[in-house]
Amino acid sequence: MTQPAVEARGLSKRFRRSGGSPERDGRRWRAPWRRERRPDLIALHPLDLRLERGGITGVIGPNGSGKSTLVRILATLVLPDAGRAAVFGHDVVGESLRVRRHINRVSVEAAFFKELSAWENLVYAARIYGTDDRGLRGRVEDVLGRFGLPADTVDRPVRHLSRGQQQKVAIARSVLTTPSLLLMDEPTTGLDPRSKREVQQMVDGLRRESVTTLLCTHDMEEAEALCDRVLLMDRGRVLADGTPAQLGRLQNLFFELSGRDIEDADSEAELEEAAC
Amino acid sequence: MLSVPLRADAHAFVGFVERQKNLIRRYWLWEAVWLVYSLVSVLSIGYLAAGLGSAGGAAPGRLDLHRAQLYLLIGALLWAYLSIVFMEISFSVMWERWEGTIEYTFMAPVRRLTHLLGVCAFAIGYGLVRTLVVLAISVPLFHLDLSRADAVSALVVLVVSTFPLVGLGVLASVLPLLSPERGEQMTVAMQGILLLASGVYYPVTVLPGPVQAMAWASPMTYTLDGIRGALIEGRGLAAVAPDLLALVLMGVVLLPLGLLTFGWAERRAKRLGLLKRSG
Repeated sequence: MTQPAVEARGLSKRFRRSGGSPERDGRRWRAPWRRERRPDLIALHPLDLRLERGGITGVIGPNGSGKSTLVRILATLVLPDAGRAAVFGHDVVGESLRVRRHINRVSVEAAFFKELSAWENLVYAARIYGTDDRGLRGRVEDVLGRFGLPADTVDRPVRHLSRGQQQKVAIARSVLTTPSLLLMDEPTTGLDPRSKREVQQMVDGLRRESVTTLLCTHDMEEAEALCDRVLLMDRGRVLADGTPAQLGRLQNLFFELSGRDIEDADSEAELEEAAC
Repeated sequence: MLSVPLRADAHAFVGFVERQKNLIRRYWLWEAVWLVYSLVSVLSIGYLAAGLGSAGGAAPGRLDLHRAQLYLLIGALLWAYLSIVFMEISFSVMWERWEGTIEYTFMAPVRRLTHLLGVCAFAIGYGLVRTLVVLAISVPLFHLDLSRADAVSALVVLVVSTFPLVGLGVLASVLPLLSPERGEQMTVAMQGILLLASGVYYPVTVLPGPVQAMAWASPMTYTLDGIRGALIEGRGLAAVAPDLLALVLMGVVLLPLGLLTFGWAERRAKRLGLLKRSG
């Protein structure tokens, strides 16, 4: 039987939160290193999930809905508190090295050594993914060319590239390591409309590479346009799961199921984060 | 021929060494500044020793100025080397935090041992090159008497000292994993304590009791003692054996302890969600 790309059972995660330094309590002095203890943040309520191979699955929700925690658990960057998750049959905790051979991740902030050139960053990525740089230059120029980036982009320090260009190089980097599961954590957030459209085209083009893609976004229109299946999340729970056609307008559905606008939910999450 | 996993490890090892080299090349101006700073420190110590006779008012014959100068210069040069190696290793996690690449590196299919070996290999190579540059410039400026020196013994002590030093560096590199907010400060503080306690510029016997206890726990103390003994007094391998034994024992303890602690700290950071750039 073919293993699914992702299978999770009862997967949950909560994070400890410390408050800021305590305010002076009247005239009583309190040590500055003492921190107010706040209730834990439940990032993920017990979650069951099965993703078949191929296609683009969207995980949609406002900030703090549990999207990034789910991606980080699958990327072996966060350990779950309970439950189990497997990538192509390999447990993300017990067989993390095997899992990492199958995955790559593009995050909201393109993670590069900014003073190094795109080429130096790409060679570094190729090496730590266990390959050498033989033939890499040609493949890099080919991939960047397909993404509309001029060939000389590769020799410029990453800090000289625009955010859109950096994100394209990040996607090129992830493709060059030939992942079977690509985890994309808000790859278009903060991009200008043109770069956003181009990155979306790149994501759409991944279908041809037979890559299973998990795309986290809080852009409902992006999810409706790109995804074959959508998980709508809020406060660590899956509110709805289906194809975009089955779910209809995601914006309206989110409001129906959560009782709030996604923009309001984002603002609440930002205030919550600022208070931590 | 290497097997596939070994070949992947070899590529990853080269990747870490090459990345560190590229970063040094990109930040070359800073590196030049640090090189000048190291050189000036060593020269200052050398001239301080040269001026001890007149500044300290020591009667002729009471203070062997050449010996004092050699003693201090060896301390300064060794500290230049040991501190570079220690910093390069212990700052490896911190750099990744600053650059925002820590999650990318920790998500790669590479064993942590390979990762750390790559960082350590570069640190040792870079530390040697930078110290040799300082040595080549500074030593001709002083009339040092190395006629009794046993270079082989000194070299053996230096090589053996690498193991506990790497273990200590890996232990220090854990601090930013434990506390993203305060780990950097703690690493710098740890380096300062090593400078104070390891007898870089004085015999550790002049230190107060509790600091002396720290001195005996620092591998740098034995490195300095062994190399000074070999270069100043011409001690052979048998005579520096106690220092070598202490360094071997410390290496046997600190190297696995560093790796185990790093593994534990990585799991803790993943459990608490501390790998993120913002912490």
